[in-house]
Amino acid sequence: MIAGLILHLALLLIFAPLLLGIITKTKALFGGRVGAPLLQLYFDLAKLWRKGFVFSRTTTWVFLAGPVVGLAVPLLASLLIPFGALQAPVSFEGDLILFVYLFGLSRFFTATAALDTGSSFEGMGAVREVTFSCLAEPTVLFALLVLARLSDGLSLNSLLGAHLLADWHSPAGASLGLILVCLFVVMLVENSRIPFDDPNTHLELTMIHEVMVLDHSGPALGMILYGASLKMMVLGALLVRLALPWQTGWWVTDALVFLVGLVGIAVLIGVVESIMARLRLPRIPQMLIGTSLLSIFALVLVLR
Amino acid sequence: MLWLIIAILLTTLAGVPGLFCSRNGSGGERLACLMSLVGCASGLVAVSLILISGHELRMEFPWSVPGGVFALRLDAISAAFLLPLILVVATGAVYGLRYWPQRENPANGRKLRLFYGLLSGSMILLLTSRNGVLFLMGWEVMALAGYFLITTEDHKEDVRRAGFIYLIATHTGTLALFALFALLGEAAGSLVYPAAGTLTAASSGLMFLLGLFGFGMKAGIMPLHIWLPDAHAAAPSHASAILSGVMIKTGIYGLVRLTSFFAVIPPWWGWTVLVLGVISGILGVAFALAQHDIKRLLAYHSVENIGIIALGLGLALLGRSYHVPELVALGLAGCLLHVANHGLFKSILFLSAGSVIHAVGTRNIDSYGGLLKRQPWTGLLFLGSAVAICGLPPFNGFISEWLIYLGSFQPLKQAHSPLGMAVLAAPALALIGALALACFVKVFGVTFLGEPRSEAAAHAHEAPRCMLAPMALLLVACVWVGLLPTTLVPILQMAVVNWGGAAGSTILGSSFAPLGSISLAGWSLVLLLGLSAFWLKRRSRTAPRNVGTWGCGFQFPTARMQYSASSFADSLVQLFNFVLVSERHGGKVRGFFAKPAKFESHTPDVVLDRVLAPGFAGGAWLCQRLRAGVQNGTIALYLLYVVLALIALMAFFTY
Repeated sequence: MIAGLILHLALLLIFAPLLLGIITKTKALFGGRVGAPLLQLYFDLAKLWRKGFVFSRTTTWVFLAGPVVGLAVPLLASLLIPFGALQAPVSFEGDLILFVYLFGLSRFFTATAALDTGSSFEGMGAVREVTFSCLAEPTVLFALLVLARLSDGLSLNSLLGAHLLADWHSPAGASLGLILVCLFVVMLVENSRIPFDDPNTHLELTMIHEVMVLDHSGPALGMILYGASLKMMVLGALLVRLALPWQTGWWVTDALVFLVGLVGIAVLIGVVESIMARLRLPRIPQMLIGTSLLSIFALVLVLR
Repeated sequence: MLWLIIAILLTTLAGVPGLFCSRNGSGGERLACLMSLVGCASGLVAVSLILISGHELRMEFPWSVPGGVFALRLDAISAAFLLPLILVVATGAVYGLRYWPQRENPANGRKLRLFYGLLSGSMILLLTSRNGVLFLMGWEVMALAGYFLITTEDHKEDVRRAGFIYLIATHTGTLALFALFALLGEAAGSLVYPAAGTLTAASSGLMFLLGLFGFGMKAGIMPLHIWLPDAHAAAPSHASAILSGVMIKTGIYGLVRLTSFFAVIPPWWGWTVLVLGVISGILGVAFALAQHDIKRLLAYHSVENIGIIALGLGLALLGRSYHVPELVALGLAGCLLHVANHGLFKSILFLSAGSVIHAVGTRNIDSYGGLLKRQPWTGLLFLGSAVAICGLPPFNGFISEWLIYLGSFQPLKQAHSPLGMAVLAAPALALIGALALACFVKVFGVTFLGEPRSEAAAHAHEAPRCMLAPMALLLVACVWVGLLPTTLVPILQMAVVNWGGAAGSTILGSSFAPLGSISLAGWSLVLLLGLSAFWLKRRSRTAPRNVGTWGCGFQFPTARMQYSASSFADSLVQLFNFVLVSERHGGKVRGFFAKPAKFESHTPDVVLDRVLAPGFAGGAWLCQRLRAGVQNGTIALYLLYVVLALIALMAFFTY
């Protein structure tokens, strides 16, 4: 248990920032550029760590609560989800709800921290964040219902257990495929990637997550960036386990399969970002509701 | 049992001595507060007695009314409703000392305290009574005391309107309850409540429908919530707290108690309650999002939370119909715990809203802003309860919603059963939770963060300690439930058994077992947050706060450029506009060198203002026309009526 915990945290803390590097590299390759080094986010974090803070007169302590919650939540949530075939160190019946609601907590504080600055730009980001997640949340629950139907427990460990491999070959495979797509869309929304949000445009009226953190600086900004990369890895772990449900039995190969899966997802995100334009804002709710419908269909398929 | 009688008497009569005290002195209010506190303390003793002993307390003596027995009984179901009641009544009484002091309100202070006492005492009575007549007496005293609390400031037009709507609604509901208890008395042979799970009657469906209407009207289930938003907005804040936190739950109590009597629960009962719960939950929070009046907004959140409670109750009923004991246990436990939780955090929200209104002088959220700097403690308490009401860990709302979620996952294990549809409660609850989060980010952000939007908000002052301490106590209770949920398992288990889930009493323990892990996760979350907050605070200790917020290159930002309550909610309100039907006026800016433009949006209640009010107005107009036609002052016509009546009589008697 202790060894599992340490392995889990080590994988998470060390490899999470690499994912963003892979995404940027993929996009650079598509654009015919060399691009930033793979380890750019590590350099950025090291730089921010050493910097000081700049605070607006308007802000209060809530402004700092955003980064704190944004970092602590993915850390705690990572303990609930299996990394590939590596079992989650903390597991109990119904931990899936805790997993979903922990991210709700981080959303609450990221959005309030944005409003704390009194800037209309950050208000805009906060609105979009809470609005779009309202539409993404039911999809997550439908996906979890499908997984719960196929397993015999209600913990993420049993939901994402070894039985998934057999399920892919059974008639339920179609449902698994559908929720894989749905969860990928949710992951793009939650991690503010194209086509829902453009992480590269800092100063346009179209962005969501990046605009909420406009006023953060120094180590607080570092915490937010690190927290965001942890979140991407934790949500990615859900997808990886669904897509690659193999169990090798030896923890080194299990970890390798997991990391390969994550790299695959990062490359996929990079490809999506390179070949798609950002959606117009009014289209996003329609896209999300469409995704929910897909997940309902998946549930219908397994319940019938 | 003596403790309970003392509690009822003291809380009921708390306001009476004040009537004989001076209009301008503070003696009466202190005495009233003391009596309420002692009454609540003895109520707490009574509740802890049954928790320790594990047996219900009972008292019966002959009484010369139909039913014949004055029966009081305190079991775990009553206790689950009494515990939050005691806390809210006690804290509200203390809060009222400074919020509504006699000296500043000589005209209505004594009235407010008299009916506050009557309301709390009558609620304890009706929660513990085991006789239909006694219940209805408590119910009527509660309803009328509620009316006088709502109309405390009866010199205001909108307050009187809210009061009348409440009075009409509550009496329509009571009418249904009279019919219900008549039927119940006939079926059970006596007006004393039958034991749980014993009643088999042909008219049980009708009884359920009557109960659903009467109790649902009080609870504020969606199409019956018409009185709720205006009434909660009109009452003084600590009265709103008790109305919204506790009084509307008596409707839920009625439903829980009523459904416990029957031996067999048809599936359609559970489905009806479940569907009503989903409707109340989603539409309640959607309406809340569209409000600008902080108390109206909180009132709509009560509708939402009643929806969540109804989800739990619906699942429990379905569990009884389809014989799934886990579903009964989790659904009912979630329902009862959410009743208590909502009582706690909604009271803090109303009380802290009261302290904001006290400081700024308006209920309009768009006149607030930047209050966290001026009212740091009120802001902190509001934030805590806002996180709790969104159902986020590590607070209490998460625990009850978690139980309901877990309940809604249970039908998945039943292969090919119509029960499968009940899993839809889970995504509905997720949608409700996400919308509530959006709404409370809006309220907290617009009220407490950013720059002040009005002169009054810029000069707001912190509430006195006497108003902060009661809220802090309630928040401690919220955190207690959130971090130590295992301490509540015994009372929930007893309540499930009392309700008729006795078949599942053996598996109860395993259903609630993960609560220990949740508590552990909550503690580690608190620890992790505390450590990193401490580190960040220390690291940023010396950082200056001497620059303005970055305006993206714009040099002269003003407070009016901030996101307002309506702009924050706009995108979600647009999504739900097919049912909200918001009114929007102005907002178009035309031409170069545009003139100043105005924009306002307003969302009236769709059932009351768009259906019932025009409907009744139309009905009244029709009746008036009819009367004008029939009774038009022509004597000849009146004589004709007499002749017609005589002929009709003759026909009637000869036939």
